[in-house]
Amino acid sequence: MTNITQNDITTALQDQVKQAISSNTPLSIQAGNSKRFYGHSIDENTNAKPLDLSSHTGIINYDPTELCATVQAGTKLSELEALLAQNNQILAFEPPHYPSGTNNQDTATIGGAIATGIAGPRRAYTGSVRDAILGVKMINGTGEIANFGGEVMKNVAGYDLSRMMVRSQGTLGVILSVSVRVIPQPEQNMTLAFDASQTEALSYFQELRKTNLPITATAWLNDQGLIRVSASEQVLKSCKSKIKGDEITNGGDFWQGLRDHTHEFFNKNRPLWRFSLPPASSSVIPLDDAQLLEWDGAQRWVHSNTPANIIQDIAKPHNGYATLFNSNSRIETHNNLSNMDIFPALEPALLTLHQSLKSQMDPQGIFNPNRIYRGL
Amino acid sequence: MTIEAATRNKLIFQLAEVLPENFLLTTKEELRPYECDGLAAYKRLPVAVALPDSIEQVQQIVKICSQLQVPVVARGAGTGLSAGALPHEGGIVLGLSRFNKIVSIDSENLTAVVQPGVRNLAISEAASPYGLYYAPDPSSQLACSIGGNVAENSGGVHSLKYGQTVHNVMQVKIVTIDGELITLGSETLDTPGYDLLALITGSEGMLGIIVEIVVKLLPKAESVKVLMASFDSIEDAGHAVAAIIADGIIPAGLELMDKAAIHAAEDFVHANYPLDVAAILLCELDGDDIQLAEQVEKVDTLLKEKKAVAVEIADSPEEQARLWAGRKAAFSAAGRISADYYCMDGTIPRKQIAYVLKRITELSEKYGLRVVNVFHAGDGNLHPLILYDAGIEGELETTEKFGGDILELCVEVGGTITGEHGVGYEKIDQMCVQFNDAELTQFFAVKRAFDADSLLNPGKAIPTLHRCAELGGMHVHNGELPHPELPRF
Repeated sequence: MTNITQNDITTALQDQVKQAISSNTPLSIQAGNSKRFYGHSIDENTNAKPLDLSSHTGIINYDPTELCATVQAGTKLSELEALLAQNNQILAFEPPHYPSGTNNQDTATIGGAIATGIAGPRRAYTGSVRDAILGVKMINGTGEIANFGGEVMKNVAGYDLSRMMVRSQGTLGVILSVSVRVIPQPEQNMTLAFDASQTEALSYFQELRKTNLPITATAWLNDQGLIRVSASEQVLKSCKSKIKGDEITNGGDFWQGLRDHTHEFFNKNRPLWRFSLPPASSSVIPLDDAQLLEWDGAQRWVHSNTPANIIQDIAKPHNGYATLFNSNSRIETHNNLSNMDIFPALEPALLTLHQSLKSQMDPQGIFNPNRIYRGL
Repeated sequence: MTIEAATRNKLIFQLAEVLPENFLLTTKEELRPYECDGLAAYKRLPVAVALPDSIEQVQQIVKICSQLQVPVVARGAGTGLSAGALPHEGGIVLGLSRFNKIVSIDSENLTAVVQPGVRNLAISEAASPYGLYYAPDPSSQLACSIGGNVAENSGGVHSLKYGQTVHNVMQVKIVTIDGELITLGSETLDTPGYDLLALITGSEGMLGIIVEIVVKLLPKAESVKVLMASFDSIEDAGHAVAAIIADGIIPAGLELMDKAAIHAAEDFVHANYPLDVAAILLCELDGDDIQLAEQVEKVDTLLKEKKAVAVEIADSPEEQARLWAGRKAAFSAAGRISADYYCMDGTIPRKQIAYVLKRITELSEKYGLRVVNVFHAGDGNLHPLILYDAGIEGELETTEKFGGDILELCVEVGGTITGEHGVGYEKIDQMCVQFNDAELTQFFAVKRAFDADSLLNPGKAIPTLHRCAELGGMHVHNGELPHPELPRF
């Protein structure tokens, strides 16, 4: 389905990168801009030029029996997911779309999903973004086009650079296209809800983790635990007797609201923090602000004005960490915080390794500079 | 590249200072067992073998080598099939066999902290009392080490559903060439910064020395069923594989054997395979009872729709073991019917299975060499075994050419030269077929970020730009596979 126009766009992107390399001008890689809030603003201290991949679109190869789709990075998630749905398949990592603007425009692209590595409610049960990556085509730091990985399920030739592009947020190269593994869509979904304190819910989720029940999402908020189960009708029927809670009717909307942060919980004008903790952490985060838990408690959301260093320190004893996930509200109301680190600090030796890798892969430092950490 | 006498003396002297006496091997007799790994066609003696038992010792060893510019080849159990642990004649082998402790099992977080020398199967054995297991199951799991598994990103029969090593490791501690101890990954479901954990997995000892691993454990499946379907043509079997996947079923294992493999295996282990068919497909399904019953019924119907001439369903563990026995013994069985065989590891898109097998048959006729095909059909990972006799002059060279043609065919149809055995020393030349100069240059850039002087396992996995020609393979002489006691998938 790829055509000459798309090849022209690829060439134009490559020319822009080459131009940026020769003129030493940083690039701000973007497409749908649905996750622009995530990380440091690139334009802040540089004169970065935008590199727009939003027209680099299209399905390059998709054969349902191969469990793999290869798509141009600028392809909208909604378009890809609609195609997969026609063949009863889905993306295992349930990527958020984060619609925005007055019309709730859904602009999220597959390239952005891969680059940020943000996954939705399913992640704890059917794998992460990086788990699903099979290959990438990218423009590298010398302006050349390179392919890593491929479309097959197993591939150990060379370093796994395609997987490393996930979460690198455009700082190591320009993702042109990706091959992702897809999974079969379960026949049906069912959502069960039960009343529980946070501690009770965490303990129950932990109990369920030791079973092989077809759970594909869990959440806790407002003293209510919610569990999504995905399987055939008959299996779901049997799950009703094995999992507590009553079936709710609007489960689909609820999980989509969590995925996209359109649920009312996220409608607060305070910084949104994301805690990532080991799945079995049974303790409750000592913050007065309302909390929303997902992934059996491994992912926890809090809107809080508590200072960043205190929040980071709360996560540490749990062997976890906290990220300032969405700073939009913060920038409006708390300008004094704008210089702090959004992502938790790396150990010095690990940071050195990151810097070394960045300077090897992007010698001119033109790709999304400082997006994750200063100097990367 | 050999080592200068003065450097050698300094090296041995300095290593002896940081290691107890029996932790450092330097005589030819002592070094001999380390001259090769599971691919015995390539042999070299290292300058010394260091067998530390603590992370501090590893750091000291690496620092000494770094300072003296001596190459370091890390080695686990030495069962690898691509000569990844082949020693460097100017360097040392850093054996991690003393790192053999399961540090802890966390039955709440469903993880285990293990040292790199722990055997793959030992993890599942230790996790078993908790109803848990470690999913990736390379065929050598009885002997291969988890550190080696991470270095190679090992797969196995159950990779289709449960993933490879990269999907089942949470955290790895490495010692860098500078002697720094660095933690990659975390106990949480994601970690700040670049995914260096993914990068180190499958990096074949080229980026750091793996000294501790946190693996993911899974609850054991409630029940298991194995189906065996027979087909009159290999194309039909290939179509059946596609039909199962298309129907939304991901079997725990999906393995295909051709007629030659069926006969060789049947003669050897008497698994009661049908001998008058062109191919058999073994399909393992697991899950809770209701889900499993549904899937067995669906797969049974699909197999018959796709022209299976017979479908046998094994319920009991004994029956299942019988059906698997032939598949597990297929490599050894090939060794019984031929003086030597040569094993390939290409992976291809599933839809190309029938085409590639047809082309392999044509190549077999062209080169006048027999081929036995056994492979992980579910994920398209082929293991064609080319049968030859190294005693016949020129036959090995013909075999290598044939093998090279197969790997190039895999790349041509959109696949890869290695699905799970790694590049190592063996397939380094075929890397040139799969990657262009820009891509190889990128690999070298990554290598430089970790190991600027290229001291960690030099000469493996990534070929230099001017190197491109020969083809290699897994050579087995007179059926003598290294570690003959291990089943090979």
